[in-house]
Amino acid sequence: MSARDAILGRLGAPEGDPDAEYLLLHRGYLERHHGDGLVELFAERVAHYRAIVHRVTEAELPGALAAALRLGAYVVPEGVPAAWTGSIEPSRRLGPDADLERVSGTITGCAVGIAETGTIVLDHGAAQGRRALTLVPDHHLVVVRADQVAADLPDGLGRLDITRPLTFISGPSATSDIELSRVEGVHGPRTLEVFLV
Amino acid sequence: MKIALFATCVNDTLFPGTGKAVVRILERLGHEVVFPEAQTCCGQMHLNTGYPEQALPLVRSFTDTFEEYDAIVAPSGSCAAMVRDWHGKTAARQGDHRLAERAFALTPRVHELAELLVDVLGVTDVGAVFPHRVTYHPTCHGLRMLKLGDKPLQLLREVRGIDLVDLPDATECCGFGGTFALKNADVSAAMCADKTAAVKQTRAEVLCAVDNSCLMHIGGTLSRQRSGVRVMHLAEILASDR
Amino acid sequence: MSDIAKDATASRMPTYVGMPAFPKAAHEAVADTRLRRNLAHATGTIRERRAAAVAELDDWAELRDAGKRIKDHTLEYLGHYLRMLEGKVTEAGGVVHWARDAEEANAIVARLIKETGETEVVKVKSMATQEIGLNEALAEHGITALETDLAELIVQLADDRPSHILVPAIHKNRAEIRDLFSHRMPSAPEGLTDEPADLAEAARRHLRAKFLSAKVAVSGANFAIADTGTILVVESEGNGRMCLTLPETLITVMGIEKLLPSARDLEVFLQLLPRSSTAERMNPYTSAWTGVTPGDGPQNFHLVLLDNGRTDVRDEEVGRQALRCIRCSACLNVCPVYARAGGHAYGSPYPGPIGAILSPQIRGIGSKVDASLPFASSLCGACYEVCPVAIDIPEVLVHLRAKAAKKLPEKTVMKVAAWGLRSPARLALGQTLAGRARSLAPHLRFPRAWADTRDLPPIPKESFRAWWKRTHGDSADRKDAS
Repeated sequence: MSARDAILGRLGAPEGDPDAEYLLLHRGYLERHHGDGLVELFAERVAHYRAIVHRVTEAELPGALAAALRLGAYVVPEGVPAAWTGSIEPSRRLGPDADLERVSGTITGCAVGIAETGTIVLDHGAAQGRRALTLVPDHHLVVVRADQVAADLPDGLGRLDITRPLTFISGPSATSDIELSRVEGVHGPRTLEVFLV
Repeated sequence: MKIALFATCVNDTLFPGTGKAVVRILERLGHEVVFPEAQTCCGQMHLNTGYPEQALPLVRSFTDTFEEYDAIVAPSGSCAAMVRDWHGKTAARQGDHRLAERAFALTPRVHELAELLVDVLGVTDVGAVFPHRVTYHPTCHGLRMLKLGDKPLQLLREVRGIDLVDLPDATECCGFGGTFALKNADVSAAMCADKTAAVKQTRAEVLCAVDNSCLMHIGGTLSRQRSGVRVMHLAEILASDR
Repeated sequence: MSDIAKDATASRMPTYVGMPAFPKAAHEAVADTRLRRNLAHATGTIRERRAAAVAELDDWAELRDAGKRIKDHTLEYLGHYLRMLEGKVTEAGGVVHWARDAEEANAIVARLIKETGETEVVKVKSMATQEIGLNEALAEHGITALETDLAELIVQLADDRPSHILVPAIHKNRAEIRDLFSHRMPSAPEGLTDEPADLAEAARRHLRAKFLSAKVAVSGANFAIADTGTILVVESEGNGRMCLTLPETLITVMGIEKLLPSARDLEVFLQLLPRSSTAERMNPYTSAWTGVTPGDGPQNFHLVLLDNGRTDVRDEEVGRQALRCIRCSACLNVCPVYARAGGHAYGSPYPGPIGAILSPQIRGIGSKVDASLPFASSLCGACYEVCPVAIDIPEVLVHLRAKAAKKLPEKTVMKVAAWGLRSPARLALGQTLAGRARSLAPHLRFPRAWADTRDLPPIPKESFRAWWKRTHGDSADRKDAS
């Protein structure tokens, strides 16, 4: 007997309709934790993780992005609006095939922001690029539009297609492995800058 | 009100003062206390040490003895929790469904002393006088199984003359745990060392709790340390009136 | 960790060789003041923070209840959901493998790695692969598995064993980690300080080249979504993201109980897990992937579904609830026994309260270590109180105690005690005899296990029952006395 058949055989086929019972599962928790002030809450919670948060207008965004750059070049994935990077010298903007070890950072958009947890979700679609782009370089600049900010996890998950590759980011890379105290900066980008438009 | 006292075997044998104190408090409040003499033990030690088959007859005798009463008081958080949370389950798991049904019907009428006073009788001032510095340790079964909350403290706060002080890290287990104190004596002693250090830090004269078994453990350690701190069951402080 | 081998009675999970039963192991740990200080500091730090993170959500109790219900439902229909997962993962370009036990799982992973021609793999921290002793099994095939989680790296460099589910190196403080890095990490800078940020930086440099060159990664899974075939890994450092996205081949070993029916369930578990685990609103990184995505991440994905005793545990009426566990480690952090004894005393990759109910169920309760684990608790209930999926650990402990083999003297004492307690007359006689015995030898220090640190209370001259009879003897409620 194959391992598959042995395991499934041991699990049997209980009577009952799993799909119907699943729909009836009691979920007494709140559908929404927050109503108003989501953008403010999002900014506060992102900053709580020691990410850097900039509140900017559409018009201020290019200047703010350019001002935040460190020395060197940045990866700009396909789909990032030309207007965002208009104030950055073209020679410092590289395509997604750049050598990720040699660039200083990456500029992306996102799929969803989650206010309650200060989380940014990338679905690696337009303006985000493949997952490595926001992982290997040390500086991640991410633009979040106010209308992308969801209240909480139930709200945020509802806006996502779970079958896309997803990365949920809540602050810069961190560890609690030494004495169970959180310290920032291990393998992922050590600086996360959020531009909230 | 007629209240049946389940003294518990530990109190009956080692701490008769606690049972006497309960009688005194309840009679002072104008209630009738009865002590059904057929009572013995709730079976907690057997169940918790891994002998459920020997706990079963004790569940049966408890049920036989107390079934006829409307209110039963046990001056022990862990024994009250054993009866309430485990008697029905213990019988059911061993296939005695008739007994399980009887136990499930009976056990909601079993109350720890503070519960009886605060919830059932609706009193917090029982007319006690105790002019001493006291700190209170919430025992685990009282805290987490019975969810006594601050009921014992509500009672203590009404005691005349008492100087009630907070115990640091109060909700930490003292390390008694029944036969745990013997089977894992080193860890148990380490836990108790931290508990007694917290007690001594309060400079209380008296450590109070709702379980004499935990108090026997902490008090035994305090005594070995020659700390001078006494341990007293809540009932004994509440019974004190001069 | 060369001293890990398989116990003769249990091939599912390694028992650390030479591991004594819990009380003896704990005896040594309790005497180690530095260990106790490290543990007290770390668990004390996280406890208060967890409580604050949990208190922030008004609906925590309801989330916990939903988490319990979803897990129970999934366990009930586990076969149904596993078939669904298998179909969806395959559809999305992944390959699903099934393993009855540790040996089968290890053989599958070794074969898959050999097929790539690689001899070194990077690993994301995973309890399932620790449970099956994967690293040791791969070493026998000449494959080096490099742990990339900071704490796992510390443990691996120290040739030590993990002692905590979330923070395997919790037993070491920053100074010890600094010394370890200075001696064992070739790239560690001169004059490395014991600042956690500097230590993390050293680990970053040490592992960077490995991440960028690795062709194969091995991970566990925190959750799998049956109706989409999506796998999730929850982490903090970014080592997980490195392993999950940079190599060409990804092999994920997952216990079959990690399943959730639908993506909607994540709204419950992604709220429960981070707050219970690291006491954060959300952990820094969570990765979700469904099979293979062309042009992004590993192009070969293998999912190994591991039973290893789980179907047995599922058949247990009381013990089954242990399979709800999401490995948050909140129960370890609040456990007063864990804080004094440390994780190594539990003799298994699963320490603490959850380990005390998982290890004996996975391995069977045959060995001395496993028979001692259900007793490694004062039943204080703190673990149940914090468990985000409401596993009544004390209930399972008590249930397992009944199954554990016991020594004859104890059995005799228990029998005699039960006999004595079955009758009020015998109890009364016992009280009289005990009083006399103690008055003959008032300073008796027995039993030693008690009396070494605690004085015994004096046995009173008169029991309560005797006092009652003397003072209230005409009471009407004597009719039941026998």
